[in-house]
Order: sequence, then structure tokens, then C-alpha cells
Amino acid sequence: MNWLEKMLPKLVLAPTTVAMIVCMYGFMIWTGALSMTRSRMLPQWEFVGFDQYVRLFQNPRWEVALNNLWIFGFLFIAISLVLGLVLAILLDQKIRGEGFIRTVYLYPMAISFIVTGTAWKWIMNPGLGLEKLMRDFGFETFEFRWLVDQEMAIYTIVIAAVWQSSGFVMAMFLAGLRGVDDSLIKASQIDGASAWQAYWHVILPILRPVFFSAVMILAHIAIKSFDLVQALTAGGPGYASDLPANFMYTYAFNRAQMGVGAASAVIMLFGVLAILVPYLYSELRSQRK
Amino acid sequence: MNTKSIVLTCASLLLCTGLARAADVEVLHWWTSGGEARSVDHLKKSLGAKGVGWKDFAVAGGGGENAMTVLKSRAVSGNPPTAAQIKGPSIQEWGDLGFLANIDAVAKSNRWDSLLPTVVSDVMKHEGKYVAAPVNVHRVNWLWANPAVFKKAGATIPTTWQDFMVQARKIQDAGMIALAHGGQAWQDATVFESIALGIGGSDYYRKAFVELDMKTLDSATTREVFRVFGEVRGLIDSNAPGRDWNVATSMVIKGEAGMQLMGDWAKGEFTAAGKTPGVDYVCVAAPGTSGSFTFNIDSFAFFNQGDAGAQKAQRAMAAEILSEDFQKVFNLNKGSIPARLGMARDEFDSCAHASMDAFLASAQTGGLVPSFAHGMAVSEAVSGAIYDTATNYLNSRQSVEDGVKQLVAAIKSAQ
Repeated sequence: MNWLEKMLPKLVLAPTTVAMIVCMYGFMIWTGALSMTRSRMLPQWEFVGFDQYVRLFQNPRWEVALNNLWIFGFLFIAISLVLGLVLAILLDQKIRGEGFIRTVYLYPMAISFIVTGTAWKWIMNPGLGLEKLMRDFGFETFEFRWLVDQEMAIYTIVIAAVWQSSGFVMAMFLAGLRGVDDSLIKASQIDGASAWQAYWHVILPILRPVFFSAVMILAHIAIKSFDLVQALTAGGPGYASDLPANFMYTYAFNRAQMGVGAASAVIMLFGVLAILVPYLYSELRSQRK
Repeated sequence: MNTKSIVLTCASLLLCTGLARAADVEVLHWWTSGGEARSVDHLKKSLGAKGVGWKDFAVAGGGGENAMTVLKSRAVSGNPPTAAQIKGPSIQEWGDLGFLANIDAVAKSNRWDSLLPTVVSDVMKHEGKYVAAPVNVHRVNWLWANPAVFKKAGATIPTTWQDFMVQARKIQDAGMIALAHGGQAWQDATVFESIALGIGGSDYYRKAFVELDMKTLDSATTREVFRVFGEVRGLIDSNAPGRDWNVATSMVIKGEAGMQLMGDWAKGEFTAAGKTPGVDYVCVAAPGTSGSFTFNIDSFAFFNQGDAGAQKAQRAMAAEILSEDFQKVFNLNKGSIPARLGMARDEFDSCAHASMDAFLASAQTGGLVPSFAHGMAVSEAVSGAIYDTATNYLNSRQSVEDGVKQLVAAIKSAQ
């Protein structure tokens, strides 16, 4: 009985752990192996070394996709954090109707990326949306052609993604702010700090764990952004707003080039690990201190 | 009523439903627009009349990319549909992987070899045995025009690419859109294909895009093709990216645009809108391609089924597809011409007659070429590479030289 009591937590967690090891790590290794084979339409286990990686990096579309990932990821995380933080600080000022406003800001998170993408596609469409609206208002030369512009299409994805996720970041920061001890703020006020100084020097450092969680979640959403791109621009115009997830899907499943698709997935994984592992390490180390 | 009779009634009812669900065919396709949906409906009804149920499995996405993706996941999981809309070299790829069912028995008893032209039956066979049934023959190199728009602009229907640019500018000056176009990769590739055929001719086309000869691909002709393709950028409207092909056709129907470069499935849209050929719309060969016929053969390939009932239903479907009645009604609705030879022509309209004549004539002169934009000429990987190059070129300000370089490199890397 004693043994069972001791082992119970481990037993309960065991199925999940096994599922994670097989489904996540096992399949990551399988994809890695697949990227070294000659697979075209379906997996074929004939090893060809790094041939698929060579093909991948010679592909101009992959270059565009990688570039877009850095632009999109960086802008999306930075703007969401800033916007979420500002909204949370403003909501924290003990205003009337705070519950209502908070719900309104959180609503975008509840809808799927496909709905967000489709709605924003209509809003940003030159002939149907914002541009037409402003022109009907009388601003004859107003132009908002980002959606169909090769250079600017990626920024439209940033707009839609930030709209969806800032509410969530705001909710996280709000919870964090509520957890800050009142006495600390009072102490800083006695010391003569202005509101701005109180926030910058006292409160924000306390919110470091919240920053960490927010960045983790936003980074994962950024990498995952396949459905948003499909709905908003379908990778277009041309392939100017393609992200690696879309590239991988197209090449693995539509183009019968599974080897190249697998190689792109492995590169995505390494890119993500290269950024997240040091960040994880530094945060967890400082927490243990 | 006492319990015993209730139980007996229920049991007999259940038995009846079990019997009624004899054999179903589950068919994967991507025919979801107006004219196309009607055509599929007809097959469903005629099979229903023969006691074969129809489980529709439509996956939208004009080029068929989404449907093919779904098919791969179903086939790999060991549960393929009874039939799927697969065409061209893909039939060979699926056959090589061992998924396709042999329907030679049906073919022999219905004398398919004598009913189909060789260029069609070759595509339907894997290692000499029939594995697919052809539904129609589409011609891709068509130009659809609205005569009212041309009259208003004082323009004439062009027959060469140089003339095309001139007439297009006239339409633009009259305040209308010159070329209705949907900014999707497969549509960009369709326009690119017609330009390549019109400028280079069928010999160049075959060498470059079917045999993939690198010297022909990296030639002055290809540079000219890209130059003309670049001029098309100025003829389409700014809302084109992402637009579906049938929405672009409706622009021509409504008189907002003058022309569309699209295969003859566009005719199905005109027919569904109640328009008459020669009066409300005009069909001509794409500029420079009047002696050539870019073919796209839609077909259903049959997958190995374990169940005997499913196999029987498959055979019924294969026989029905090549029957005179189905070939006639399907193609009347879809805008294409029958794959079956020797059918009566009187019910088909003038555009279909033109297509049938061109099909037979070009088979003699060597102008009959497979469409690479529609998966008939090369593998999915290579046609995908051409799609990427064409769509990137059309949507950017890339130079002719860079475009050609990208095309050559992409095709090389996709093989």
C-alpha cells in the first residue's frame, strides 16, 4: 500500500509521458530520418545524406519563408508584448467597467486563426475593405494596398496576429500586476518615485516571470502560424508572405517532395531551439538563484 | 400492438435498410463550382439508377491540390476511397506504389481500346492495364471574350500576342479591365502556358516543358515568353491575388472585364449563367495557338478495395463513365468534349465543335500537347516548381533574366 502511494503520481503521469515521448520526440526523430531519404510522394527509406538540405537551401521560396519568419516572429512578439503590457497597466488603474473592457479585449483570442485571417482579408482588401471605405468617405487618394503588395504582405499577417494575441498577453500581465505587493508601491511612493519610475524600476522587474511565459507562448504561436497565413494571403502575392510552416506543408503534401518538406521542418526545429534553449536556460537559472 | 409485433416490425425494417445499402462508391473530387457540380450530380443520379449509392467526397480548391493531399493521407492510412479524380503522370505514380485496381475486365468487355484515342488510353493504363476511366478532354488554350466589351472599346479579338497587348490597352482606355485573372498559382501557370505555346509553338513547348530539355528552357524563346508574361502584369486588376477562377469568369460574364485566358471549363460557367456562345461570349484559341491543342484529361482512378461489393460498384462506375449517355450529359454541362470517340455532335455548341475539330486536327499535325499547368505533362514536383516561378514572376517586378534563371534552377532541383 505504501509503495502504491509513493508510485501513484508517477503512474498517473506515465501515460502522458509515454505519449509525449513517442508522439513528440519519436516523431521528431522520424522526421529527421525522413529528411535524409529520397521520399517524394510517400515515405521511401532510401538514404541520400544531406541532398534534401542542399535542395532546400537552393530554393528561393525557402529563403523568402525564412526571412518572413524572422520578420514576423520578431515584430509579432515585440508588438504583442508592448501592447499587452500597456493595456494591462491602463486597465490596472481601477477604472469603471474594467470587467467589461477586459472581456472585450480578450474576445479575439476565442476565435480561430482562420476566422481572423478571413475577416482581416476582407478588411484589408483594396476593393472591398479599408481602402474602399476611406475613398467612399471622400479621401480619394487613400491607399492601403499592403495585402496585395509583395513587400508589405507579411506585415498584414503581423497586424492580424497582433490583434488576436494582444488580449491574451494583456490578461497575463494583468494577473501579474494584481499579484504585486501593494506595500512595495507605497514604499516607492514614499521614496518620491513618479508613477513612471515606480513602474520601470519596481513593478516590471517583478513581472519577469510573466514576460517569460508570454514570450514562450507568443513564440509558439508565431512558429505555428500556418492557418493564419493560409486564410489571410494563401502565401501570396506569389509566395511573398509564405512562412516555413506553409512551405513545409506545400512541399511535403502538395508537391510530392516529402524529403524537402521534412528537411524544412528540421531546420524550423533547430531555429526555434537555437533561440528558446538559451532563453530557457537563462531564465530558469536566474529563478533558481 | 403487443411487444412481439413491434419487435418483428423493427427487425424487418432494419433488415431492409441493411439490404438497401448494397454497394456505395466513395468518390473524391474537386468539382465544386456551378457547372462542375451539375456534371458530378448527373453521374451520381445515373449510378443511383443502377442501384449504386454515391458518397460524395468533394474537397474544394480549383487546382486539385487540397484533394490530392487528402487522398494521400487516406491512402497511407489504408482506407482509400473507391475512386478519386486523378490524372496524368500521377496515375503512373500511384500505380507504381501499388494502390490502383485493375479494371481491364470492364475495359475489354466495353471495347475501350477502340473507343478512346491512343493519347487518352495511354494515360489511363499502368503497365498496359487500365486503372482509370477518362471522363472528358479539356482544351486549356482558350481565350474567352465578351463581344459587348470589345465593341464598347472599339477593339477586335486578338490572334497574336502583339495584337493582344494592343487590344488590351484599348479596353483599359475604355475604363474596363483587360484581362480577368485570379491570382492563384495554377491560374498564373495556365496563362504562362498559353503564352509559351503561342510564342514558341508546339515543338518548343514539347521540348521545354514535357521533355524538360535544359538548353530549350534556357533559350531566347523562353526569354521572349517571360517578356510577354511580364506585360500581362499591367493588364490585370489590383484585386486579382487570391481570386478564384470562376469569380474571374463572372467578371467577363458581367462585362466588367474583356477577356479571360482559361480552359474550357470556363464555358460551363457561361452556360450555367444562361449565356449563348457567339452572342454573349466568344471562344477563340489563345493568341498564337490556333493549330495547337493543350489537353487536360479528367479521369477517375480506382483504388484497390478489399470488399467484393465495393469492387462490383467500382466496375459499375467505370462502365458508366464511358457510356454514351454519361459522356454526353457530363460534357454538355462541364464545357469539355467527350473522351469517347464517334459520338453525335448535334447537341454540342459551336465552341465544343471547334474543340472537337481542333482535337482531331492537332493529333495529325503534332500540335496536340499535354498541359503542364494541369498536371498532364510532368510530375507534381516539376509542375510545382513552374507554378512557383510563374506566380512569383507575375506578382513581382522580377527581370526577364532572373525569371528564366529561376525557372531553370527550380526545374533542375525538382527532378
